[in-house]
Amino acid sequence: MDNRYFVDSEFLSPAALEKKHRLEQDPASRADPMAYLPGMEDIHSDLSQRVLSRVAAFRPEAYSAREVRAALSHRVRNEEDLMALLSPAAEPFLEEMALLAKEETSRHFGNTVYFFTPLYIANYCENYCVYCGFNCYNHIRRMKLNEKQIEREMKVIADSGMEEILILTGESRAESDLAYIGQACRTARTYFRNVGLEIYPVNTEEYRFLHECGADYVTVFQETYDIKKYETLHLLGHKRVWPYRFDAQERALLGGMRGVAFSALLGLSDFRRDALATALHACYLQKKYPWAEISLSCPRLRPIINNEKIGPQDVGEKQLCQILCAYRLFLPFAGITVSSRESAAFRNGIVKIAATKISAGVSTGIGDHERKYTGKQDHEEGDGQFEISDGRSFGAMYRDMEEEGLQPVVNDALYV
Amino acid sequence: MQTNDTLRLGGKEFSSRFILGSGKYSMKLIEAAVRDAGAEIVTLAVRRANTREQENILDFIPKTVTLLPNTSGARNAEEAVRIARLARELGCGDFVKIEIMRDSKYLLPDNAETVKATEILAKEGFTVLPYMFPDLNVARDLESAGAAAVMPLASPIGSNRGLAAGDFIQILIDEISLPIIVDAGIGCPSQACRAMEMGAAAVMANTALATAGDLAGMAAAFRLAIEAGRKAYLAGLGRVLSRGASSSDPLTGFLRD
Repeated sequence: MDNRYFVDSEFLSPAALEKKHRLEQDPASRADPMAYLPGMEDIHSDLSQRVLSRVAAFRPEAYSAREVRAALSHRVRNEEDLMALLSPAAEPFLEEMALLAKEETSRHFGNTVYFFTPLYIANYCENYCVYCGFNCYNHIRRMKLNEKQIEREMKVIADSGMEEILILTGESRAESDLAYIGQACRTARTYFRNVGLEIYPVNTEEYRFLHECGADYVTVFQETYDIKKYETLHLLGHKRVWPYRFDAQERALLGGMRGVAFSALLGLSDFRRDALATALHACYLQKKYPWAEISLSCPRLRPIINNEKIGPQDVGEKQLCQILCAYRLFLPFAGITVSSRESAAFRNGIVKIAATKISAGVSTGIGDHERKYTGKQDHEEGDGQFEISDGRSFGAMYRDMEEEGLQPVVNDALYV
Repeated sequence: MQTNDTLRLGGKEFSSRFILGSGKYSMKLIEAAVRDAGAEIVTLAVRRANTREQENILDFIPKTVTLLPNTSGARNAEEAVRIARLARELGCGDFVKIEIMRDSKYLLPDNAETVKATEILAKEGFTVLPYMFPDLNVARDLESAGAAAVMPLASPIGSNRGLAAGDFIQILIDEISLPIIVDAGIGCPSQACRAMEMGAAAVMANTALATAGDLAGMAAAFRLAIEAGRKAYLAGLGRVLSRGASSSDPLTGFLRD
């Protein structure tokens, strides 16, 4: 197995190290990634099989310039067109794709760009995902904000001008239970117009509870749709159960959420297949629930605390741009979010082509907004999930977007 | 020909028949767009106005125009009613454009839910302008429900594809006594002009301006086109003969009394 991800902390007990090594080296020691754990709801959806069978038939090398040109000329692009646009044959057509993508983005979203900021309220995690800074074997400063701390962070962020917040936790039901997250949503509703969640996947009725607490959209990254690869990267914990994660967006919609967001973490596996799977996942779900607002993200791997070797692999900025243009041309109406994992220069460019939403004033640490926003440091902080690349504040981002000729929008949602 | 040709809606009279959208472009351009469009009614999404932002879109819309808040984001009648009430609380006045979409891809309006919301809001004293798919039966229901006008789509929103639904809009114009305001899909001034020639009471546009090279210039072009179309409609378009020429020796010339 690829061992660039494996880092042994000196703080682990011999027993923990032994278990960690066994998980890393012996596939038989790991649970079946397709078997649901007790308490996990199975909604018997047909979507994952449909997505997987299409992706299995995808042969990126089989496409030529002819199919790419055809895809570009179509008014409405189908799945075949999407595959051509994601193939290596489309790489020489990047500028043409960008021009068409810009046209579609402008038709559906005008020149607006939406802002949000993520707020990590806890970084405890029960999973061992080998590439993630929060993984349970990584030695970082663990922390969970209490109600007062959450409110203080939210106030600092709201005072900066933000009106949309994405609440994140590490994936630990024990440390960050539903009541805790629900309370954070209630607090957020008093400071923000739009509240999103990026937490461990939950059951339909639990999503309903969180919606009633004020959350209106749910982001779940599938990381990779390649189950064989997934199994080698998510070695322990509930996250290992691939199908339960796949159906999370559908359960969120059944639970009353307005919108859902999708993503693969590009660089974990074959990025063209993962991009195809992400777009089809979103497309099929929107067809099944036509009122759902869907959006796509496109994170690439980033270095984490204790492992600088982790990076985006073969997904360069050109490949990322190709993927985002293909998403836009296939799903002209979908939101596309580009996070602070990417550089300021890339984000300035891509919002003029395909992206519709960007984060600003970002910190992936726990409880450090007050210090970063106001310079005041009088409390503990927890470590971040990954290193960010674009650290622009809300104000700087607002000015930069205006200079790019775009209209920043801090709120375009109503909780009804 | 009428000398005082005004559009009457909700007890107000408007001399402009161009309703301007305010989404999809920079707020700083709104004032110039309103001026060059000669617009007296500007739509805005309540969800955009519901903000603490220092730069609230409401601050960019000249106070002289009538606000037409829309309920975009509503998925059913109940949500549209709540958004309309919020618009009133935000100080947007009593006009409301009902937009109810159960489809995030095409943003096509849900006619059945729109009728329900119209009935509730008209009773609450709103001047209700429902955005709808051009269906005669639904337009009649909207009229009975108390709508102040009917706003049929010309083609899919944002498509700039013009009067794809032109024949059905013509039926509404011919059969419904309320003003018919053509909304969505109008992509260029000539299409707006054609809608007005057909007898539409007004035209609403947004994307066509937002995606134009010069927004204010395009606003002015739309104004002229809408005025031209209106004048042509009022003047009565010349007959368009389906075949042959008009005979100077009529077939019925032999009739003696």
